[in-house]
Amino acid sequence: MPVTVKTFASFGEAASALSSDRSARYLGGGTLVMRALNEGDISISTVVRATDQALSRIDVASSRVTIGAGVTFARVLAERELAFLHAPARSIGGPAVRNMGTVGGNLFAPSPYGDFTVALLALDATVSVQGGLGARDMPIEEFLQSRERQSGALVLAVSCQRPASADAFRYRKIARIKPKGGSVITLAAHLPVSGGRVSGARIALGSMAATQIRARAAERALEGRALDDSAVSAAAAAATEGVSPADNALGSAWYRREIVGVHLRRLLSGLE
Amino acid sequence: MTKTPLQFRHNGRDVAVFVDGGVNLLVALRELIGDMTPKFGCGQGGCGACSVLIDGELHLSCLTLAETANGRAVETLDGMKDGPNLHPLQRAFMEQFAAQCGYCTPGMLMAAKALLDRNPSPTRAEVIEAISGNICRCTGYEPIINAVLAAATSGRARA
Repeated sequence: MPVTVKTFASFGEAASALSSDRSARYLGGGTLVMRALNEGDISISTVVRATDQALSRIDVASSRVTIGAGVTFARVLAERELAFLHAPARSIGGPAVRNMGTVGGNLFAPSPYGDFTVALLALDATVSVQGGLGARDMPIEEFLQSRERQSGALVLAVSCQRPASADAFRYRKIARIKPKGGSVITLAAHLPVSGGRVSGARIALGSMAATQIRARAAERALEGRALDDSAVSAAAAAATEGVSPADNALGSAWYRREIVGVHLRRLLSGLE
Repeated sequence: MTKTPLQFRHNGRDVAVFVDGGVNLLVALRELIGDMTPKFGCGQGGCGACSVLIDGELHLSCLTLAETANGRAVETLDGMKDGPNLHPLQRAFMEQFAAQCGYCTPGMLMAAKALLDRNPSPTRAEVIEAISGNICRCTGYEPIINAVLAAATSGRARA
Protein backbone atom coordinates (compact mmCIF):
# COMPACT_ATOMS: atom_id res chain seq x y z
CA MET A 1 0.00 0.00 0.00
CA PRO A 2 1.49 3.36 -0.94
CA VAL A 3 2.48 5.60 1.91
CA THR A 4 3.02 9.34 1.97
CA VAL A 5 6.68 10.29 2.10
CA LYS A 6 7.46 13.65 3.67
CA THR A 7 11.01 14.90 3.30
CA PHE A 8 12.19 17.92 5.27
CA ALA A 9 15.37 19.96 5.09
CA SER A 10 15.44 20.59 8.82
CA PHE A 11 15.12 18.14 11.69
CA GLY A 12 12.78 20.55 13.49
CA GLU A 13 10.18 20.33 10.75
CA ALA A 14 10.60 16.56 10.59
CA ALA A 15 10.11 16.32 14.35
CA SER A 16 6.88 18.36 14.14
CA ALA A 17 5.56 16.20 11.32
CA LEU A 18 6.42 13.09 13.33
CA SER A 19 4.83 14.22 16.58
CA SER A 20 1.61 15.36 14.93
CA ASP A 21 0.85 12.10 13.13
CA ARG A 22 0.44 8.86 15.04
CA SER A 23 0.87 6.72 11.93
CA ALA A 24 4.11 8.43 10.88
CA ARG A 25 7.46 6.72 11.25
CA TYR A 26 10.86 8.30 10.85
CA LEU A 27 12.98 6.73 8.13
CA GLY A 28 16.69 6.68 8.91
CA GLY A 29 18.79 4.09 7.13
CA GLY A 30 15.74 2.06 6.14
CA THR A 31 16.76 -1.24 7.70
CA LEU A 32 13.78 -1.18 10.10
CA VAL A 33 11.11 0.96 8.46
CA MET A 34 11.54 -0.26 4.86
CA ARG A 35 11.54 -3.79 6.17
CA ALA A 36 8.23 -3.10 7.91
CA LEU A 37 6.79 -1.59 4.71
CA ASN A 38 8.01 -4.56 2.65
CA GLU A 39 6.20 -6.83 5.08
CA GLY A 40 3.00 -4.85 4.60
CA ASP A 41 2.89 -3.06 7.96
CA ILE A 42 -0.33 -1.06 7.58
CA SER A 43 0.22 0.88 10.81
CA ILE A 44 2.61 3.13 8.86
CA SER A 45 0.85 5.53 6.54
CA THR A 46 3.41 8.32 6.52
CA VAL A 47 7.18 8.13 6.29
CA VAL A 48 9.07 11.17 7.52
CA ARG A 49 12.62 11.94 6.45
CA ALA A 50 15.07 14.74 7.16
CA THR A 51 18.03 15.58 4.96
CA ASP A 52 19.46 17.84 7.69
CA GLN A 53 23.25 17.48 7.84
CA ALA A 54 23.09 18.14 11.57
CA LEU A 55 21.85 14.57 12.02
CA SER A 56 24.96 13.05 10.47
CA ARG A 57 27.55 14.99 12.42
CA ILE A 58 30.21 13.33 14.56
CA ASP A 59 31.86 15.44 17.27
CA VAL A 60 34.91 13.88 18.89
CA ALA A 61 36.64 17.09 19.95
CA SER A 62 36.36 16.59 23.71
CA SER A 63 36.31 13.72 26.18
CA ARG A 64 32.62 13.46 25.39
CA VAL A 65 31.77 12.19 21.91
CA THR A 66 28.52 13.06 20.15
CA ILE A 67 27.24 11.00 17.25
CA GLY A 68 24.35 12.23 15.11
CA ALA A 69 21.41 9.87 14.89
CA GLY A 70 21.86 9.56 11.12
CA VAL A 71 25.49 8.40 11.34
CA THR A 72 25.87 4.95 9.81
CA PHE A 73 27.90 2.12 11.33
CA ALA A 74 30.25 2.32 8.35
CA ARG A 75 31.02 5.91 9.33
CA VAL A 76 31.56 4.94 12.96
CA LEU A 77 34.06 2.35 11.69
CA ALA A 78 35.81 4.95 9.54
CA GLU A 79 36.30 7.31 12.49
CA ARG A 80 39.51 6.55 14.34
CA GLU A 81 38.46 8.58 17.36
CA LEU A 82 35.53 6.20 17.85
CA ALA A 83 37.75 3.11 18.04
CA PHE A 84 36.09 2.06 21.29
CA LEU A 85 32.82 1.66 19.36
CA HIS A 86 34.30 -0.26 16.44
CA ALA A 87 33.66 -3.71 17.92
CA PRO A 88 29.93 -3.10 18.39
CA ALA A 89 29.65 -1.37 14.98
CA ARG A 90 31.45 -4.23 13.25
CA SER A 91 29.21 -6.81 14.90
CA ILE A 92 26.14 -5.48 13.11
CA GLY A 93 24.94 -7.00 9.83
CA GLY A 94 27.07 -7.30 6.72
CA PRO A 95 28.74 -4.39 4.89
CA ALA A 96 25.50 -3.27 3.21
CA VAL A 97 23.61 -3.08 6.50
CA ARG A 98 26.51 -1.14 8.03
CA ASN A 99 26.41 1.29 5.09
CA MET A 100 22.72 1.89 5.75
CA GLY A 101 21.87 1.28 9.40
CA THR A 102 22.22 4.26 11.74
CA VAL A 103 23.11 4.83 15.36
CA GLY A 104 19.74 6.49 15.98
CA GLY A 105 17.77 3.69 14.35
CA ASN A 106 19.57 1.09 16.42
CA LEU A 107 17.94 2.59 19.52
CA PHE A 108 14.60 1.41 18.15
CA ALA A 109 15.72 -2.00 16.87
CA PRO A 110 13.71 -4.67 18.65
CA SER A 111 15.33 -7.71 20.25
CA PRO A 112 17.38 -9.61 19.03
CA TYR A 113 18.72 -6.54 17.20
CA GLY A 114 20.10 -3.35 18.69
CA ASP A 115 23.64 -4.47 19.51
CA PHE A 116 25.12 -0.99 19.25
CA THR A 117 22.62 0.20 21.84
CA VAL A 118 23.94 -2.42 24.27
CA ALA A 119 27.34 -0.72 24.02
CA LEU A 120 25.78 2.73 24.46
CA LEU A 121 23.87 1.54 27.53
CA ALA A 122 27.08 0.30 29.16
CA LEU A 123 28.67 3.67 28.36
CA ASP A 124 25.80 5.54 30.03
CA ALA A 125 25.00 7.46 26.86
CA THR A 126 22.66 10.41 26.67
CA VAL A 127 19.99 10.48 23.97
CA SER A 128 18.97 13.87 22.54
CA VAL A 129 15.36 13.80 21.49
CA GLN A 130 13.25 16.40 19.71
CA GLY A 131 9.60 15.97 20.60
CA GLY A 132 6.49 18.03 20.09
CA LEU A 133 7.41 20.08 23.17
CA GLY A 134 10.99 20.78 22.23
CA ALA A 135 14.38 19.16 22.60
CA ARG A 136 15.59 17.33 25.66
CA ASP A 137 18.39 15.04 26.70
CA MET A 138 17.63 11.85 28.56
CA PRO A 139 19.72 9.01 29.92
CA ILE A 140 19.67 6.07 27.52
CA GLU A 141 18.22 3.84 30.21
CA GLU A 142 15.20 6.10 30.61
CA PHE A 143 14.90 6.28 26.82
CA LEU A 144 14.85 2.51 26.46
CA GLN A 145 12.32 2.06 29.26
CA SER A 146 9.94 4.44 27.51
CA ARG A 147 10.88 3.42 23.96
CA GLU A 148 7.33 2.47 23.00
CA ARG A 149 6.24 6.02 23.69
CA GLN A 150 9.20 7.59 21.86
CA SER A 151 8.07 6.74 18.32
CA GLY A 152 6.57 10.22 17.95
CA ALA A 153 9.87 11.83 18.92
CA LEU A 154 12.89 12.32 16.72
CA VAL A 155 16.27 11.23 18.06
CA LEU A 156 18.87 13.81 17.09
CA ALA A 157 22.06 12.38 18.55
CA VAL A 158 23.61 10.21 21.21
CA SER A 159 26.59 11.21 23.30
CA CYS A 160 28.81 9.53 25.83
CA GLN A 161 32.08 9.94 27.67
CA ARG A 162 34.99 8.07 26.19
CA PRO A 163 35.77 4.99 28.28
CA ALA A 164 38.27 5.57 31.08
CA SER A 165 40.80 3.43 29.18
CA ALA A 166 40.78 1.09 26.19
CA ASP A 167 40.64 -1.88 28.56
CA ALA A 168 37.80 -0.36 30.60
CA PHE A 169 35.24 -0.93 27.87
CA ARG A 170 34.52 -4.42 26.63
CA TYR A 171 32.00 -5.81 24.19
CA ARG A 172 31.02 -9.27 23.16
CA LYS A 173 28.28 -10.50 20.82
CA ILE A 174 27.42 -14.15 20.79
CA ALA A 175 26.10 -15.29 17.40
CA ARG A 176 25.81 -18.71 15.85
CA ILE A 177 26.90 -17.55 12.41
CA LYS A 178 30.21 -15.79 11.94
CA PRO A 179 31.06 -13.18 10.92
CA LYS A 180 27.44 -12.12 10.60
CA GLY A 181 24.59 -13.44 12.65
CA GLY A 182 21.78 -12.32 14.91
CA SER A 183 22.53 -12.00 18.60
CA VAL A 184 22.00 -14.95 20.92
CA ILE A 185 23.14 -12.55 23.61
CA THR A 186 25.16 -9.35 23.49
CA LEU A 187 27.20 -8.04 26.40
CA ALA A 188 29.01 -4.78 27.05
CA ALA A 189 30.76 -3.59 30.16
CA HIS A 190 32.33 -0.32 31.22
CA LEU A 191 34.66 -0.97 34.15
CA PRO A 192 36.40 2.17 35.36
CA VAL A 193 39.10 1.24 37.87
CA SER A 194 40.20 3.63 40.56
CA GLY A 195 42.96 2.69 42.99
CA GLY A 196 42.87 -0.91 41.76
CA ARG A 197 39.14 -1.22 42.44
CA VAL A 198 36.18 -1.12 40.11
CA SER A 199 34.19 2.05 40.59
CA GLY A 200 30.98 2.78 38.72
CA ALA A 201 30.76 -0.46 36.73
CA ARG A 202 28.03 -0.66 34.11
CA ILE A 203 27.15 -3.94 32.46
CA ALA A 204 24.55 -4.05 29.67
CA LEU A 205 22.88 -7.05 28.09
CA GLY A 206 21.09 -7.46 24.77
CA SER A 207 18.54 -10.19 23.94
CA MET A 208 18.03 -10.81 27.65
CA ALA A 209 14.76 -8.84 27.90
CA ALA A 210 12.35 -6.96 25.64
CA THR A 211 14.86 -4.10 25.51
CA GLN A 212 18.54 -3.83 26.31
CA ILE A 213 18.94 -3.95 30.09
CA ARG A 214 21.59 -3.41 32.75
CA ALA A 215 22.79 -6.34 34.81
CA ARG A 216 22.59 -4.43 38.07
CA ALA A 217 23.24 -7.37 40.37
CA ALA A 218 26.41 -8.18 38.45
CA GLU A 219 27.45 -4.51 38.61
CA ARG A 220 26.95 -4.52 42.39
CA ALA A 221 29.04 -7.68 42.68
CA LEU A 222 31.99 -5.85 41.14
CA GLU A 223 31.62 -2.50 42.84
CA GLY A 224 34.54 -1.54 45.05
CA ARG A 225 36.40 -4.77 44.37
CA ALA A 226 39.48 -5.61 42.37
CA LEU A 227 38.61 -7.35 39.09
CA ASP A 228 39.89 -10.69 40.35
CA ASP A 229 38.57 -14.23 40.07
CA SER A 230 36.26 -14.01 43.05
CA ALA A 231 34.69 -10.72 41.94
CA VAL A 232 34.28 -12.02 38.39
CA SER A 233 32.68 -15.23 39.70
CA ALA A 234 30.30 -13.25 41.89
CA ALA A 235 29.29 -11.08 38.92
CA ALA A 236 28.86 -14.09 36.63
CA ALA A 237 26.67 -15.80 39.23
CA ALA A 238 24.48 -12.69 39.43
CA ALA A 239 24.15 -12.26 35.64
CA THR A 240 20.68 -13.77 35.39
CA GLU A 241 19.12 -11.59 38.07
CA GLY A 242 16.34 -9.50 36.59
CA VAL A 243 16.56 -10.92 33.08
CA SER A 244 13.55 -12.07 31.07
CA PRO A 245 14.87 -13.44 27.77
CA ALA A 246 12.59 -14.75 25.04
CA ASP A 247 12.64 -17.88 22.92
CA ASN A 248 13.45 -17.25 19.29
CA ALA A 249 15.05 -19.04 16.36
CA LEU A 250 18.52 -18.03 17.53
CA GLY A 251 18.23 -19.50 21.00
CA SER A 252 15.78 -20.41 23.74
CA ALA A 253 15.22 -18.39 26.87
CA TRP A 254 16.61 -21.35 28.85
CA TYR A 255 19.79 -21.38 26.76
CA ARG A 256 20.26 -17.63 27.14
CA ARG A 257 19.99 -17.89 30.93
CA GLU A 258 22.47 -20.77 30.91
CA ILE A 259 25.15 -18.99 28.92
CA VAL A 260 24.91 -15.36 30.01
CA GLY A 261 27.03 -15.98 33.11
CA VAL A 262 29.61 -17.93 31.13
CA HIS A 263 30.05 -15.12 28.62
CA LEU A 264 30.00 -12.43 31.28
CA ARG A 265 32.83 -14.26 33.03
CA ARG A 266 34.82 -14.36 29.77
CA LEU A 267 34.12 -10.70 29.09
CA LEU A 268 35.23 -9.63 32.57
CA SER A 269 38.28 -11.89 32.55
CA GLY A 270 39.36 -10.47 29.22
CA LEU A 271 39.18 -13.88 27.55
CA GLU A 272 38.28 -14.17 23.89
CA MET B 1 -1.87 8.97 -4.29
CA THR B 2 0.54 11.28 -6.06
CA LYS B 3 3.62 9.88 -7.66
CA THR B 4 7.06 11.30 -7.08
CA PRO B 5 9.51 11.95 -9.93
CA LEU B 6 12.82 10.25 -9.48
CA GLN B 7 16.00 10.70 -11.52
CA PHE B 8 19.27 8.93 -11.03
CA ARG B 9 22.25 7.44 -12.88
CA HIS B 10 21.64 3.80 -13.64
CA ASN B 11 24.83 2.05 -14.73
CA GLY B 12 26.13 5.28 -16.22
CA ARG B 13 22.87 6.27 -17.95
CA ASP B 14 20.39 8.87 -16.70
CA VAL B 15 16.95 7.46 -16.00
CA ALA B 16 13.75 9.11 -14.83
CA VAL B 17 10.67 7.38 -13.45
CA PHE B 18 7.65 8.17 -11.31
CA VAL B 19 7.35 6.18 -8.11
CA ASP B 20 4.55 5.60 -5.62
CA GLY B 21 5.24 6.64 -2.03
CA GLY B 22 7.18 4.06 -0.08
CA VAL B 23 8.36 2.08 -3.12
CA ASN B 24 11.77 0.56 -2.63
CA LEU B 25 14.64 0.88 -5.07
CA LEU B 26 14.52 -2.80 -5.98
CA VAL B 27 10.96 -2.46 -7.26
CA ALA B 28 11.89 0.73 -9.10
CA LEU B 29 14.82 -1.01 -10.80
CA ARG B 30 12.98 -4.17 -11.72
CA GLU B 31 9.48 -3.00 -12.50
CA LEU B 32 9.99 0.56 -13.73
CA ILE B 33 13.42 0.42 -15.35
CA GLY B 34 13.40 -3.25 -16.36
CA ASP B 35 16.76 -4.12 -14.84
CA MET B 36 16.08 -7.64 -13.58
CA THR B 37 19.60 -8.32 -12.28
CA PRO B 38 18.99 -7.36 -8.63
CA LYS B 39 16.85 -10.11 -7.09
CA PHE B 40 14.13 -10.07 -4.48
CA GLY B 41 15.07 -12.56 -1.78
CA CYS B 42 13.82 -11.79 1.70
CA GLY B 43 12.73 -8.15 1.69
CA GLN B 44 14.22 -7.88 5.19
CA GLY B 45 17.90 -7.19 4.65
CA GLY B 46 18.89 -10.72 5.54
CA CYS B 47 19.93 -12.25 2.22
CA GLY B 48 21.76 -9.66 0.11
CA ALA B 49 20.24 -10.82 -3.21
CA CYS B 50 19.14 -7.24 -3.98
CA SER B 51 22.58 -5.67 -3.33
CA VAL B 52 23.48 -2.70 -5.53
CA LEU B 53 26.08 0.04 -5.33
CA ILE B 54 24.86 3.54 -4.59
CA ASP B 55 27.59 6.12 -5.17
CA GLY B 56 30.01 3.20 -4.99
CA GLU B 57 28.76 1.93 -1.61
CA LEU B 58 27.06 -1.41 -1.16
CA HIS B 59 23.36 -1.03 -0.30
CA LEU B 60 20.38 -3.32 -0.07
CA SER B 61 18.00 -2.01 -2.71
CA CYS B 62 14.97 -3.64 -1.07
CA LEU B 63 15.54 -1.55 2.07
CA THR B 64 16.31 1.65 0.16
CA LEU B 65 13.42 4.04 -0.30
CA ALA B 66 13.53 4.64 -4.06
CA GLU B 67 13.40 8.40 -3.80
CA THR B 68 16.51 8.51 -1.62
CA ALA B 69 18.44 7.45 -4.74
CA ASN B 70 17.46 10.72 -6.44
CA GLY B 71 20.49 12.33 -8.06
CA ARG B 72 22.77 9.48 -7.08
CA ALA B 73 24.61 6.83 -9.13
CA VAL B 74 23.18 3.31 -8.89
CA GLU B 75 25.23 0.38 -10.19
CA THR B 76 23.75 -3.07 -10.67
CA LEU B 77 25.10 -6.29 -12.09
CA ASP B 78 23.62 -5.27 -15.44
CA GLY B 79 26.35 -2.64 -15.77
CA MET B 80 29.23 -4.84 -14.73
CA LYS B 81 30.30 -6.33 -18.05
CA ASP B 82 31.95 -4.18 -20.69
CA GLY B 83 30.07 -4.90 -23.91
CA PRO B 84 30.69 -8.57 -24.71
CA ASN B 85 33.54 -8.76 -22.20
CA LEU B 86 32.76 -10.15 -18.78
CA HIS B 87 34.13 -8.38 -15.73
CA PRO B 88 37.06 -10.28 -14.14
CA LEU B 89 34.78 -11.12 -11.22
CA GLN B 90 32.14 -12.61 -13.52
CA ARG B 91 34.78 -14.63 -15.36
CA ALA B 92 36.23 -15.88 -12.08
CA PHE B 93 32.77 -16.88 -10.82
CA MET B 94 32.29 -18.86 -14.02
CA GLU B 95 35.70 -20.53 -13.91
CA GLN B 96 35.53 -21.37 -10.20
CA PHE B 97 31.95 -22.73 -10.38
CA ALA B 98 30.85 -20.07 -7.92
CA ALA B 99 27.23 -20.14 -9.11
CA GLN B 100 24.85 -23.05 -8.88
CA CYS B 101 21.23 -21.90 -8.88
CA GLY B 102 22.51 -18.37 -9.48
CA TYR B 103 19.95 -16.50 -7.39
CA CYS B 104 22.51 -15.05 -4.99
CA THR B 105 25.06 -14.38 -7.74
CA PRO B 106 24.09 -10.79 -8.65
CA GLY B 107 24.25 -9.75 -5.00
CA MET B 108 27.47 -11.68 -4.43
CA LEU B 109 29.08 -10.01 -7.44
CA MET B 110 28.07 -6.54 -6.27
CA ALA B 111 29.35 -7.22 -2.75
CA ALA B 112 32.60 -8.54 -4.23
CA LYS B 113 32.89 -5.52 -6.53
CA ALA B 114 32.35 -3.17 -3.58
CA LEU B 115 35.26 -4.91 -1.88
CA LEU B 116 37.67 -4.97 -4.83
CA ASP B 117 36.92 -1.36 -5.79
CA ARG B 118 38.28 -0.31 -2.37
CA ASN B 119 40.72 -3.10 -1.68
CA PRO B 120 42.19 -4.72 -4.82
CA SER B 121 44.22 -7.26 -2.80
CA PRO B 122 41.94 -8.58 -0.08
CA THR B 123 42.82 -11.38 2.29
CA ARG B 124 40.60 -14.41 2.53
CA ALA B 125 39.21 -13.08 5.82
CA GLU B 126 38.37 -9.77 4.15
CA VAL B 127 36.53 -11.57 1.35
CA ILE B 128 34.52 -13.56 3.89
CA GLU B 129 33.66 -10.35 5.71
CA ALA B 130 32.71 -8.60 2.45
CA ILE B 131 30.19 -11.25 1.42
CA SER B 132 28.94 -11.90 4.95
CA GLY B 133 25.66 -10.13 4.23
CA ASN B 134 24.93 -12.36 1.24
CA ILE B 135 23.38 -15.77 1.68
CA CYS B 136 24.07 -18.65 -0.73
CA ARG B 137 22.21 -21.90 -0.17
CA CYS B 138 24.02 -23.94 -2.87
CA THR B 139 27.75 -23.53 -3.00
CA GLY B 140 28.83 -23.63 0.62
CA TYR B 141 30.61 -20.32 -0.11
CA GLU B 142 34.06 -21.80 -0.74
CA PRO B 143 33.91 -21.50 -4.57
CA ILE B 144 32.64 -17.93 -4.19
CA ILE B 145 35.46 -16.96 -1.86
CA ASN B 146 37.97 -18.59 -4.22
CA ALA B 147 36.47 -16.77 -7.20
CA VAL B 148 36.76 -13.36 -5.53
CA LEU B 149 40.38 -14.09 -4.58
CA ALA B 150 41.11 -15.29 -8.14
CA ALA B 151 39.53 -12.15 -9.62
CA ALA B 152 41.66 -10.01 -7.31
CA THR B 153 44.78 -11.83 -8.47
CA SER B 154 43.86 -11.56 -12.16
CA GLY B 155 43.04 -7.88 -11.69
CA ARG B 156 46.51 -7.33 -10.24
CA ALA B 157 48.08 -9.29 -13.10
CA ARG B 158 46.32 -7.05 -15.64
CA ALA B 159 47.36 -3.87 -13.88
